[in-house]
Amino acid sequence: MALDKATLLDWYRQMVLIREFEEACQHLYNEKRITGVYLHLASGHEAIYVGAVAAMRVGTDHIITAYRDHGIALALGMDAGRVMAEMMGKRDGVSGGKGGSMHLASAEHNFYGGYAIVGGHLPLATGLALACKYRGNDQFVISMIGDGATNNGYFHEALNMSGVDKLPNIWIIENNGYGMGTSVEKAAGNPILHERARGYGIEDYGRVDGQDVIAMYDAVSRAAKHAVEHGPVLIEAMTYRYRGHGVSDKQYDTRLKAELEEWKATKDPIEILKRHIAKEHGDVSAELDAIHQAQLKIVEESIQFADASPLPNTLEELFAHVYVD
Amino acid sequence: MAAKNLPMRDALRRALMEEMERDENVFVMGQEVGVWQGTHRVTQGFLEKFGERRVRDTPISEMAIAGAAVGAAMAGLRPVAEMMTINFAFLALDAMINHAAKIHYMFNGQFKVPAVFRAASGWGNQATATHSHTPEVIWAHFPGMYVATPATAGDAYGMLKTAIRNDNPILFSESIGLYPRPGQVPDDPDYMLPIGKADVKREGKHVTLVTYARGLEWCTAAAKELEKDGVQCEIVDMRWLRPLDTATVFESFKKTNRAVIVEESLPFYSFGSEIAAQIQEHCFDYMDAPVKRVSALDVPVPYSHDLELMCFPNAQKVVEAVKSIL
Repeated sequence: MALDKATLLDWYRQMVLIREFEEACQHLYNEKRITGVYLHLASGHEAIYVGAVAAMRVGTDHIITAYRDHGIALALGMDAGRVMAEMMGKRDGVSGGKGGSMHLASAEHNFYGGYAIVGGHLPLATGLALACKYRGNDQFVISMIGDGATNNGYFHEALNMSGVDKLPNIWIIENNGYGMGTSVEKAAGNPILHERARGYGIEDYGRVDGQDVIAMYDAVSRAAKHAVEHGPVLIEAMTYRYRGHGVSDKQYDTRLKAELEEWKATKDPIEILKRHIAKEHGDVSAELDAIHQAQLKIVEESIQFADASPLPNTLEELFAHVYVD
Repeated sequence: MAAKNLPMRDALRRALMEEMERDENVFVMGQEVGVWQGTHRVTQGFLEKFGERRVRDTPISEMAIAGAAVGAAMAGLRPVAEMMTINFAFLALDAMINHAAKIHYMFNGQFKVPAVFRAASGWGNQATATHSHTPEVIWAHFPGMYVATPATAGDAYGMLKTAIRNDNPILFSESIGLYPRPGQVPDDPDYMLPIGKADVKREGKHVTLVTYARGLEWCTAAAKELEKDGVQCEIVDMRWLRPLDTATVFESFKKTNRAVIVEESLPFYSFGSEIAAQIQEHCFDYMDAPVKRVSALDVPVPYSHDLELMCFPNAQKVVEAVKSIL
């Protein structure tokens, strides 16, 4: 697949932004500047988000995900400062400090949110796609699915209904090998997760290398056409998470040390893209370095913005938006 | 206002049909709403009139029915999801409570969820333990949801229209026993009853009967019986369990100084508990007697006919409760 240099460099920019943003989140959590018990970092999954979002028309097509949602927010181009402010529960956060890390969203970007009940967002994706088909437009809906979520009832009901009604859903399983600490092999009767597509009358796109942004972009682009013209597609994106399930997963690094090191050394999504760019466009290390430095600056500024934003602390704020008036 | 005498079932059908005619974004989805024409015949004739796009038969997938309604509503449609019976809505509690009721708040007002979840509620005909629930208070427990519990055909008509045009998620409970009951239904396609406003169905000065849905029948029969002894009951039909119109309850109680709460549902942590607590908090100086509750008995509902009947309130139980505090 021929892609111009500017596109590849832009994808590199987004992936580095996500990586550095997540590293900063971990650091801020350690320093107790980001608080709470939930913080699910996207490090290692960057190529899935950047590749999938690149295949969408942002603001026209639709996207929804679970609680590992920072990467999508940044890939969509949401303001890093407002995303960081949400991490800290600040007034200028994307959800006004009411959602936190797991509940980022942006109506402007047709990003319907991160959700924290495993599988809970899947029928919402079915409903969003129902609305596209109801209106007869050419829009589609991308829904991320953690591998663990494929084993609860929501997955079955949401994908089946999507298959019955031939809705424009692109279902992307982010298979990082573990639902919390339980391996896919221990959790799924058939651990080849994409094969479930057949049971729902959904187009099976098989396993896609989730560490290769180009492969993801290619698969999701083809899926978009198929979803709008014929109905839903299931993609199983193979990936790996560099951090624990969440920040409370303190033994992660020691439990899976060898496996983790191997993924980082051989299948890092940013390194894979750098090698590809070098192969296609020669030595661009100076440009990559400049991009990297620029992203570090954006992350630093996002922290400054979040720090400066006040904490919501009034009863009026507490009770705002319980109901639509 | 001109009106027709219609069973509640037909009043609901008319309200729903008129709303679908009025607004292209309103559609129905659920099990057996189309080809079967609705298990309670509320959507009779809809498939023929509106087609499969707007009358959507679904698989037996309660979580997906409720969840897809939430997603469609976030995208700007106005789904009316039929849960067939409220017993099956238990399967969809997460979609309704963790998602429908929380999304507007959790994302700081960025999305609205104008979905109506219709569900037939109640017992009778030996439906047994898992099919004899009236659990609306479970939904009413959670901020973010509204809960409608109409008691008459006319109220059902006006409340369903209000619910469909409202921008919040609403559980719309239809009492199975009331579907065939006739009532006056206004000839006005814009007849809307306000959200969360109770209705004094009968005026009286000796005791306030606080109730909703099917309880109104028992209260009305009890009031007629008590009238023979010179006891004048005031009946407050709450209409909505959330928002809860406590102001109307307090106003009535301050006049009568006595209350009996009549609920078809179970007594533990119930509608009756809430109303009783609020009366003692807000009307303590006006209390001439303990607040009494007439509820279902605290037991699963059995199959055998006589045992089933023993579980539930009736007019006689209401009469006895009133007499015990006069």
